[in-house]
Amino acid sequence: MSKLQLIIKREYLTRVRKKSFIIGTLLAPVGLLVYFLVIVGLTKYESGGEINVVVQDEAGVVGIIPDEKGVRYIPSGGRTLEQLKEAVTEGQYDGVLRIPKLASLKQNDLTIFYYSDKKMAPEKREFIERRIANKVRDYKIDSLHLDRASLEYLDTDVSIDPEKITEKGEDESKYTIGVGLVIGGIMAFIMFFMVMMYGQMVMRSVMEEKTNRIVEVMMSSVRPFQLMLGKIIGAGAVGLTQVVAWIVLSGAVMFVVPLLVDVDPQAMQAPVAAGQPQIDPEMAQGEAFRVFSELGKQNWTLLVGSFVIFFLGGYFIYSSMFAAIGSAMGDDYGEGQALVLPVTIPIILAFYIVAFVGIRNPDSGLMVFASMFPLFSPIVMPFRMAFSPPMWQIILSLVLTIGAAFFFVWMAGRIYRVGILLYGKKVSFKEIGKWLFY
Amino acid sequence: MILSIQNVTKRYDKHVAVDHVTFDVPKGSVFGLLGPNGAGKTSLIRMITTITGPDEGEIRLDGEKLNDRTPEQIGYMPEERGLYKKMKVGEHLMYLAQLKGLTEKNARKEIDTWFEKFGITDWWNKKVEELSKGMQQKIQFITTVVHKPKLLILDEPFSGLDPINTTLIKDEIRALNEAGTSIIFSTHRMEQVEEMCEHIVLINRGKNVLFGEVNTIKNEFKQNLYRIETPDTLPADFGDKFQIMPTSNGYITVQLDNEHQSGELLRYLVQQNIHVTRFQEILPTFNEIFIRRVEETQN
Repeated sequence: MSKLQLIIKREYLTRVRKKSFIIGTLLAPVGLLVYFLVIVGLTKYESGGEINVVVQDEAGVVGIIPDEKGVRYIPSGGRTLEQLKEAVTEGQYDGVLRIPKLASLKQNDLTIFYYSDKKMAPEKREFIERRIANKVRDYKIDSLHLDRASLEYLDTDVSIDPEKITEKGEDESKYTIGVGLVIGGIMAFIMFFMVMMYGQMVMRSVMEEKTNRIVEVMMSSVRPFQLMLGKIIGAGAVGLTQVVAWIVLSGAVMFVVPLLVDVDPQAMQAPVAAGQPQIDPEMAQGEAFRVFSELGKQNWTLLVGSFVIFFLGGYFIYSSMFAAIGSAMGDDYGEGQALVLPVTIPIILAFYIVAFVGIRNPDSGLMVFASMFPLFSPIVMPFRMAFSPPMWQIILSLVLTIGAAFFFVWMAGRIYRVGILLYGKKVSFKEIGKWLFY
Repeated sequence: MILSIQNVTKRYDKHVAVDHVTFDVPKGSVFGLLGPNGAGKTSLIRMITTITGPDEGEIRLDGEKLNDRTPEQIGYMPEERGLYKKMKVGEHLMYLAQLKGLTEKNARKEIDTWFEKFGITDWWNKKVEELSKGMQQKIQFITTVVHKPKLLILDEPFSGLDPINTTLIKDEIRALNEAGTSIIFSTHRMEQVEEMCEHIVLINRGKNVLFGEVNTIKNEFKQNLYRIETPDTLPADFGDKFQIMPTSNGYITVQLDNEHQSGELLRYLVQQNIHVTRFQEILPTFNEIFIRRVEETQN
């Protein structure tokens, strides 16, 4: 085994065997599982149990309402409001719902009254309001002698379907953007997370070696560059292991959840959706089909292939900078914060560009620039990839990223080589700059 | 020569850490690399161990210019020691031994031999952080010698060791030396230099200020001082004939112009019928030589 391989092996194994790594890797998907179970449980939970409401319909609009969603509607049966209130006090009903007369059919605003000493749950209140509003609407339609079927035609669902003019452009649908946003967003987030977490891991590890003085022993056996590179590659491999483990375990969780609880797809939606017209199952199937066909339309070979290269490029760029900073720092982490900030800022900036600009317009000038600039491109370009940017931009960005990765690793090596053996000195950026030319 | 340093210079920024230093380390010798703090010893050692390279001059190990294989032929124990605290002792030793070019099999064999020698065969699965400081030093020593280096460089090897472990390590160093390993000692402890070293080089402010065999240097630096012990009182004119040095220990110390004058002094004492219980030439200690030479070159 070469020295570099030995270093990578050690860096990888010592981390992967750590309890904290194993726990973190296993716990995240378990956390996800718990989260889903809680969400499902909460949506299935109905507040307050059943209530009995006696309806005094002065307007004569509602007729008979079937019991629904924990609310039982009881007709007043000709009793006066006072009699009904008394019945409520005696405990026969939970409350009286009085619907006053409509002033005219033009009235757009109707206040109905609920008499009770008990509070009504907001969920039920909203539900009753919507139910009565529907009833009033039906009443108005009948009173105005409107044709219900014709009214249905009034609602039109409008969506823009982008079509290319020339042949080389590919056909897009309204799903392209949504699917692109999700894929791009996930990729950008993974990049951001990995670079931040594992880049800083490299930095801490370099600092640790420097402070516990093992580095002097190491330096008499291996080149500083070998040690730095081995560390970066080793930690990166740990990161990949974790991401792959999470993807596999999360997939398993997604598969297990529906088996554990009987998930009603409708129940997953917020309660607001209740009472609204149900989505036609056939249409829902069409929806899923179109999302899948959109997923199928993505050039996955290109997407995954370039993602891997951008990932490696971005990881090498940032982790080498973190390694260089770690070598320049003493044992005082607080003091070194000033050095860390300039490295973390571009990562965060790249993430913000995606989050605030990319989502609104993935092809804007700023996005094109950011996807070329090597400090941003590893996070920004994978996001844009989902929107099929021009090929020349992808290639240029890849070339720039790879070139920058080599440059940054080389530069970090120069800094590391000097910094790692330097003790008891507070280091400025000017000083670090000088090391490049030692 | 196991090591030959020719006109080596190392600069950091504007500071000259090593300034045209030249010396040789004879094969199979125990060699002292001496100098006050900040003299440039560590800079020099770092160049020998190929951690850094010289700006000028040339270093040869066993006749060969330093190259990629040099680290495998050198064992270096820095003054500031360290091990990976979370690693198991056995794995740690395997790792460092393999980095020094041993195969897995050979590394295992060598480590087992050392474990047996030190009676620590049950340490393999212990974590480094579980060991006491003295125990860690033993491990550190094994990491330095496990690959059977031609040249051993030890920077303050006994600092932090108790007398028992000091003796243990000292014996191992002697055994290695007898088996043919050349050893460079870097230390401030002059009694250790006198005890162990055959040759020395003294570095001050980056320059080589003294180099040679220990006994030769001692003779060079002697000031023709003689100590006389006698129960009798010396004659009144003794002070006119010979220069008496002030001493605090009650003995009479005389400084002569040259060593041939010692006969004259003895003859005088005999003529005066002085009862001499002891007559001895005082050779300078290395401590004195060290301080004198450093002070001389400081100006």
